[in-house]
Amino acid sequence: MEFSVNHPIIFAMVAVVIAVVLAQSFYFLVRAYRRALVIGMEKKKLKKVIISAALFTIAPAVSILVGIVAISKFLGLPLPWLRLSVIGSLSYETIASTSTINELGGSTSETITTASAYVTVAWVMTLGILIGLILTPLLTKKIQKGMKKIEQMDKKWSEIFSNAMFIGMISAFLGYVFWDFGSVFSGNSTALIPVLVMASSAVIMLICGLLTKVLKARWITDYALPISLVGGMASAIPITNWLS
Amino acid sequence: MKKEMTYLESVHRDGRIWGFSILALILAFPLLLCIIFNAVPEWEAMGRALLAVLPMYWAVGIIEIFTYVPMLGAGGSYLSFVTGNISNLKLPCALDAMEKADVKANSEEGEIVSTIAIAVSSIVTTFIIIIGVVLMMVSNLDTLLESPVLKPAFDQLLPALFGGLAVVFVSKNFKIAIAPMILMLAAFILTPLTSGEVGIMAPVGVLFTLAVARIMYKKGML
Repeated sequence: MEFSVNHPIIFAMVAVVIAVVLAQSFYFLVRAYRRALVIGMEKKKLKKVIISAALFTIAPAVSILVGIVAISKFLGLPLPWLRLSVIGSLSYETIASTSTINELGGSTSETITTASAYVTVAWVMTLGILIGLILTPLLTKKIQKGMKKIEQMDKKWSEIFSNAMFIGMISAFLGYVFWDFGSVFSGNSTALIPVLVMASSAVIMLICGLLTKVLKARWITDYALPISLVGGMASAIPITNWLS
Repeated sequence: MKKEMTYLESVHRDGRIWGFSILALILAFPLLLCIIFNAVPEWEAMGRALLAVLPMYWAVGIIEIFTYVPMLGAGGSYLSFVTGNISNLKLPCALDAMEKADVKANSEEGEIVSTIAIAVSSIVTTFIIIIGVVLMMVSNLDTLLESPVLKPAFDQLLPALFGGLAVVFVSKNFKIAIAPMILMLAAFILTPLTSGEVGIMAPVGVLFTLAVARIMYKKGML
């Protein structure tokens, strides 16, 4: 069969994989929802979880789409579509695909024309993300058992343990926002952009908290994270224009 | 009589079945490409590229499992490690949902809320991407998404996400948060770490915070 990066058959194969992954999400959603009703959780609460999760997801999902556009220039649409819908992250897929293209002696500004180059890239991208898929089914139960043990030994410590994990991760991302901060002193004002965007998002979150209390409107808290996320991203437009 | 399975046990059983099936499917994709187009990978280039990316990504992948599985819960883990985008989407989504629903991460309610949030997030992401890909084929959505006006907004997704999230979680766990925040700020500002290293620094932050929290707890400070 004659090869092209956007061959209908590649689209069809990608569609099959994505359909199965979607089915898995629906399956777990229904299972968890039914179990929630069995143990007496309120339908209203569950509905809020669903709406809030869906709203929160929109902006990050559109940014994943931007990633697909970026690597589709040389890989065509279906492969980036698959790789960014299933496991992949833009940074990994970009590095994996560009380093393979470089090894092949090609360029990322031109679309791949040979099937052998294309399958080489596809294999490298696939093998790179495989470890999570192999280990999750093998280790999740064991890790969860370990967590349960901690809980049985000391309930208060187990709660602090989960909170400490969340805080540890969030701290790393706070530090990351300042990664280029040192260069501000040598006149690179663009390094301030992420810092100011994060501050805007934090201020929006604080305002949401304040409004919830003043207006006694609980719904604002429910949507505070999507609001501060989109508000922060929107603030990036004038902040970037100002500092660069 | 056969003992009845608990909800959690059935999640583990189903998670493994789904996980290994999807693993087989993911591997079948490049294999089928080779068969259909009658193509063989360029082994030498493939070997060199794998040597360049594999050690780093497999190491990070292993660390990620131990870091994220306790936070995501069982159902959330089986879904997240298939659909990806954990630190920038699934985990914040689950954390926010558990916080709003006022359930503890280590309870059955926490497990359920986390699974629902991550499943919904995965479904919405997949549909948005499908719609986007279709629109890109029939219109010039790709040029709009790459327009210089919108680009700064997408570039700053992570700062915009973690600003709001930090307010919620740091204000509730201020005592635990001081030491790791100082360490991470110092690490990123004072060393040549770049933005690409946040994936490695997240587990470092988690381990450090656990150690600090343990010491504070033992000394009765929490």
